[in-house]
This record gives sequence, structure tokens and C-alpha cells, in this order.
Amino acid sequence: MSKLFSSMIEWVDKRFPLTSNWKAHLSEYYAPKNFNFWYFFGSLALLVLVNQLITGIFLTMNYKPDASLAFSSVEYIMRDVDYGWLIRYMHSTGASMFFVVVYLHMFRGMMYGSYRKPRELLWLIGMVIFFVLMSLAFTGYILPWGQMSYWGAQVIVSMFGAIPTIGETLQQWLLGDFTLSDAALNRFFAYHVVTLPLILLILVFAHILALHEVGSNNPDGIEIKQNKNPTTGIPVDGIPFHPYYSVKDIVGVVVFLMVFCGIIFFAPEMGGYFLEYNNFIPANTLQTPDHIAPVWYFTPYYSMLRAVTVNFLWIDAKLWGVILMAGSVVIFCFLPWLDRSPVKSIRYKGAYFKTALTLFVISFFVLGWLGTKSPTPLYTLLAQIFTVIYFAFFILMPWYSKIDKTKPEPKRVKE
Amino acid sequence: MADSFSINDEMSGRRKFLVAATSVAGGIAGAAIATPFLLSMMPSERAKAAGAPVEVDISKLEPGMLLMVEWRGKVVWVLNRTPEMLETLVKVEGELADPNSDKKQQPEYAKNRTRSIKPEILVTEGVCTHLGCSPVFRKEIAPADLGPDWLGGFFCPCHGSKFDLAGRVYKSVPAPTNMVVPPHTYLSDSRLLIGSESEGSA
Amino acid sequence: MKKITILIFVVCMAPFSLFAAESGMPLDSAPVNTTDNASLQRGAESFVNYCLTCHGASFMRYNRHRDIGFTNEQILDKLVFTGQKVGDLMQSAMWKKEGEEWFGVVPPDLSVIARSRGADWLYTYLRAFYRDDSTVTGWNNLVFDRAAMPHVLYQLQGEQKLVVKTSDKGEQKTLVLDKQGEMTKAEFDKFVGDLVNYLVYLGEPHANARKELGLTVMAFLLGMLILSYALKREYWKDIH
Repeated sequence: MSKLFSSMIEWVDKRFPLTSNWKAHLSEYYAPKNFNFWYFFGSLALLVLVNQLITGIFLTMNYKPDASLAFSSVEYIMRDVDYGWLIRYMHSTGASMFFVVVYLHMFRGMMYGSYRKPRELLWLIGMVIFFVLMSLAFTGYILPWGQMSYWGAQVIVSMFGAIPTIGETLQQWLLGDFTLSDAALNRFFAYHVVTLPLILLILVFAHILALHEVGSNNPDGIEIKQNKNPTTGIPVDGIPFHPYYSVKDIVGVVVFLMVFCGIIFFAPEMGGYFLEYNNFIPANTLQTPDHIAPVWYFTPYYSMLRAVTVNFLWIDAKLWGVILMAGSVVIFCFLPWLDRSPVKSIRYKGAYFKTALTLFVISFFVLGWLGTKSPTPLYTLLAQIFTVIYFAFFILMPWYSKIDKTKPEPKRVKE
Repeated sequence: MADSFSINDEMSGRRKFLVAATSVAGGIAGAAIATPFLLSMMPSERAKAAGAPVEVDISKLEPGMLLMVEWRGKVVWVLNRTPEMLETLVKVEGELADPNSDKKQQPEYAKNRTRSIKPEILVTEGVCTHLGCSPVFRKEIAPADLGPDWLGGFFCPCHGSKFDLAGRVYKSVPAPTNMVVPPHTYLSDSRLLIGSESEGSA
Repeated sequence: MKKITILIFVVCMAPFSLFAAESGMPLDSAPVNTTDNASLQRGAESFVNYCLTCHGASFMRYNRHRDIGFTNEQILDKLVFTGQKVGDLMQSAMWKKEGEEWFGVVPPDLSVIARSRGADWLYTYLRAFYRDDSTVTGWNNLVFDRAAMPHVLYQLQGEQKLVVKTSDKGEQKTLVLDKQGEMTKAEFDKFVGDLVNYLVYLGEPHANARKELGLTVMAFLLGMLILSYALKREYWKDIH
């Protein structure tokens, strides 16, 4: 049996680099042995991606991208299709969990300096993945064609109208109509199920290739490749990804699935955060709901969009809001060059960086919470204050990371 | 400096057991996840509702007339056979592939010479058992194209399969079996229910 | 490091508690129990009698009510009035155009109303109609000002009127029963409770099956967790 198997592998290897790839990316890919909790989220993101692809394919079998049919086709999936409700909840919960996992994955990178040299390109590819993910979430949220789908999309698309000169034309080009309508729903469906997933898959592939080229960072932020066993050439602090991290990731996957299934089976709406209550009302093009808020993962940026209330220089408040919102996401791309600290990991960074990161996280959550609220003068003021803190984290980084009092990095990773 | 790990080439009994147990559990999980996805591709409640049994009034169906009814998107024939037509069923039996309807192409109550509940009323799906075309009702005797031996029946224009007036297939034609008799019942003398054997599911 | 993790956790949880505290008019808590088939069956009958004339539940099929213990015969007998088949959708008996003429708006479809409004809102709303001569219908509602819907259940509940007390705490609005209906207050509350319970079921008919399946899945995952953790421990003995 095993002889047959090995001769089959041999046959394939002469025609396709199977064993060599298996070794390069799994059994002889050496990862630092000190990965902690935060290192589960990369493989979990991959798991959620697979979940979204499979459930998405099955949803398209019954969904109708037509303004007059979309809402009822979703309820048709929920009621008339066998286990349609399960597939739909897996997809809707998966969308939110994708952001949970990716945010934690990004935060891990920020804590341990995973964006620093030589991983700048890895970080940039990751950021592009994040932009594509946001576009996927946006185009996907339109599809049920409920009140939040419609008015949420209306707000986002109107932002393009803020761009001077070309704004209005651009907006009409995006919508294929003078307003958000069937034409937009139909093309956003095309982006959501074909264009964007294809781009995402290619980028994820590139992300993993880049990672395996430079090697994984670790909680100590030191390069394990600089310390190799002279006889075997293997980093002394490295262990083969397979079987050690594959068995470890299985534990992470099971724990994640317990959370994931807990939501799917016991709280699929997640208190209105994952499935918004107003989206159970079919889109009404003549009436905006009393209270509109984007889905939770967009609320921090949405807060910043609303935070600007004054015209400044020659640019009006609306455009400033859009600039700030775009800037709040794009600014992550500059992290590799903003961080001037001699060490990578937060473990050896000083009080300045730790304080700055903590303030940043707090401002992210506060802005996120404010984004779910209707604006009041107090909330707008809070949003303005925390927007400043959010940007200060990045803009002041070259300064505070340089003068920060750091501890020396160890030679070997700690257990 | 030595490596941080030492792979045992020989797996311990405990390790073998755990690998096997996790693999089996993972396999079960995979099958369990696949099940709802595969089931979601079965006819939905809407399809089932659209495919619900159909009630037909046959009080105005004259002898020799064929009525076409749609059930589950397929054509179902209701043929009121004349005594002459019923006589032909005996005559053609020598040329049929399955004259006694031994293959399970009909409910038990239609496994007889006329393949029906009431001798004169034939209820059958108008679908050729070869590749799904709908045969043509040819009741004229000995037409030029079908030859002098033709006593009336159903002829499939796609590939030339022939059936008698009880939907039984002739020998040496592409179709392998008799035409399918769907489940049906009489709610009263003139009310025929196609698609179910009981009233309650209507 | 630990401190940051704890801090992040606290910050994460804060919005949830604050979000929950937000509300306008205080709502009464609806007696929802979607495993109580007797209540759901009463609610279903009230629904087809009082609501389905104007509102549809057009994503719901009649034969789905086998979920709540009806047989096909009972469904045809108790729920289907208009000669529809048992597998048909619960369409409204009224044309959309008529609805717009009569009420100014098309009465909304109620299939998922409990998911957008919430059970407590519906329970309060249906019991909070009062006489108001200034409106078109002659009725107004405490939680939905100038609702287009008239008080369909007034024969059962009777007629309420609005009493406004002004104190230093501001205005306090209460409803007082002016004319007794066919039901006592307790009977009417139970009637509306059953109806709202049914609306919750209607919003997500598979909800009970979902939770049952969830328990099986969670039990399996727990077993899987023990197994995979043992496997991880076993392999990581190699690491030193």
C-alpha cells in the first residue's frame, strides 16, 4: 500500500513540484517556536475565506440580483431551501468574523512589529487584501436589498460625489444610473461574486508566498534566520510548520469554530451587529430609516467621516470627511516607514509606544461605538477628539518611537 | 547549537492513536458539513409546492380523446380508450419488450394489461424512456410512415421508439422500458388526482 | 502586555452594555416562547383572522405550520380561507393598490416584522392604541405616533383614552380603558402575547431546529477540542 503510494508520488513529482512544495511551505518551512495566541489569526483568516467562498457559491444558486426579487430571494433561501438558513448564516456570520480575525491579525502585526524590514511588502500586500475585503463586504451588504443595504450603499456611493469636478460623473458611472437602483445591484453582484473574490485569492496567494520568502516574525521580534544550526542549516529557534503548527492550528480552528457556531446557531443577528434589524425591511427608495448605521466593522471610519463639520482651507467639510475616512485606512500602509524604533516587538519597546498603541486601540473602539449612534453635539465632539488621537498615533510615530526608551532584544527567542 | 525539535521517525502508539482519532473525527466533521450543502440542492419547498398533485376533471373526456396535464413540469397524458383500442392491447403483446409490466415503471395498482386503475382510462407520463422526448399520439391504424402493422399508439419522433396504447414499449426500439405511470387516484368517478394516492396531500 | 490585553477586552465590551441601555419609550416585555405549540397555534389562528386580510406573510407557506403541531387537514381547516393550496404562500387577501387608497401606505408584509421591530415593540404597540379624533382613522398609538393602521382589535380590547400628567419630571402619558371590550385586560394581554409569539415564530420558522442542531454541533466540537488538544500536546513533546 505505502509502496504504491510512494510510486504514485514519484510519478507526480516528475511532472509537478508536489513534494518540493510540500517541503518548502509545510514540512520544511521553519517557523519560530514561540508563536503565541495572536498567531492563530492568519490561518483562521484562511479558514473564513474558504467558508465564504463555499457558502457564497451555494447562495448564488438561489439568490437573484434583481431589485424586485433580491429581498424575497434571500427569504426564500432562509425558508424554502433545505438548510438555506444555515448556509446564509454561515455567510453573514463569516463576513463579520472575517473582520474580527483580520483586525486581530493586523493588531498582532502592530504589536510585534511584523511590518518592519524585511516584511514591508508582506504588510503592503496584506493592506491591499484589507481594502479588497472592505470592498467585498460593501458589495455583499447591498445584495439583500433591505433598508440598510440600500441607504448604507447610498451614503457610501455619495462620498464619490464629494470629489471635485469629476465626482458626479464618477458616481453615475459607478451606479450605471442617476440613482442607486437595479443596475447598481446587478453590477455589485458581479463584483461581489467574481471580480473581488478572484483578486482576493490571488493576493492571499501572494501574501503567503511573501511570508514564506522572508519567514515569520515572532513575539520577540528577532530574526530566527540569523541564528542557524551550522550542520543542518535550520534556524535553531525554528520548528517545522508541519506537524507542529498544523496540530496547534487545529486546536485554534476548533476553538474558533465553537465561537463561530455559537453565533450561527444561537445568536445569528448578534444583537443587531451582524445582521441589522432594519435590514429585515425591504429597501424603500423613498424613505430613509430613522437610524442608519453601517455594519460594525465600518463604524470607526464612518465616525471619522462624520466628524468633520467645518470647511477648512479651500476644501469643504464633506470632502474633508471623505479624505479623512480614506486616509484612516490608507495610513496603515505607511507603518513600516513611520516606526523608527530600534526594536520590533512591543515586549522591548518603551512606555511611549505602549501608551500610543493603547490610546490608538481605545480610539478605534470609541470611534466604532460612536459610529453606531445618531450624532449629537457631544458625540460629534468625542468623534473629533478620538479622530485626532487615531491619526496622532501614526503621524507622531517617527518622533515617539525614536525617543522611546527601549529594552535590548534577546539573542534567542523566549519560551 | 542544536535544533529546537527532534522528530521521532518511529511514531509512538499514543501518537498514532491520536492522529487516527483526530483524522476520523475530522472526516466525520467534513461529511457532516457537506450534508446540508448537498441537501440544499434538492427541490426546495417552492418546487415541491409547484409540484403538488394536480386534480383533473375527466367527465368531458370523450372516448378516444387524449388530455394533456402538466405535473411537476412534465406532461401527463390522460387517454380515454375505446373498446377497440383496448382490444389492440392483446394483439400487440407478442411484439412488446415487457408486456406484463414486470419492470417497476408503474405503481402496483397499474401492473395489469391496461396499466390503469379503470380499464379505459390510461394515465401515463408523456415522456419517452429513451432520452426524455415527448412521443406523439398516433391513433390512426397503419399510416404510411409507421407501416401496416401499426394499430395505434405513441411514436417518439426523436429516435423512433414506439409504444402501444398502454404505454408499453415495443421490442427493438431505443427506449428500454415502458412509459412511467405516475401515482394517481380517483377522488370521485370524474375527479382524477395525479401525483398522489391520497386526498390529504392535495 | 497582559494589562493591554485586559484593557482591550474591557473596551471591547463597553459598547455592548451602552448599546443595550439606549431606548425611547419603555416597552413591555413580550411573553415569547416559540416551543409552546398551543400558544403558537392560537396566535396563528388570530393572525389569519385579524392580520392576513390586509397584511401578507408572503414568504411563509401554509404547510410550514406542521412545525407547530398542525396537520395538513387542520391547516386547510383553520388557516386557509381563500381556496389556496396547502403549499401556497400566505399572500394578503387585499390588493396593494387598495391598501394604498385605504391607508395611504401599503400595509407591510409581516413575514419578518418581528425581526425588524422586535417582539417587545410589537407587544406594546398592539396594546397601545387609543382614541384620537384628530387622526384619519380615529385612532392613535403611544409607541407609533399617527400609525396608519386603525385599531383592528378594539372589539376585543375595548377603547382606551390618553391621560397626560404633567409633573416636574416632565410629561407622563398613560392609557386608561374607557369602554370595556369583549375581553378582560388579562385575556387581551394573553391574546396579543400569543399573536406576538406567533410573529416571532413567523420571522424565523427554523429557529427551534437551529438551536437543536446547534447543541449537537457544540457537543461535537467540545469532543474535537479535547482530542485536538491531546494531539497538540503529544506532538509538542518534541519541542525543547
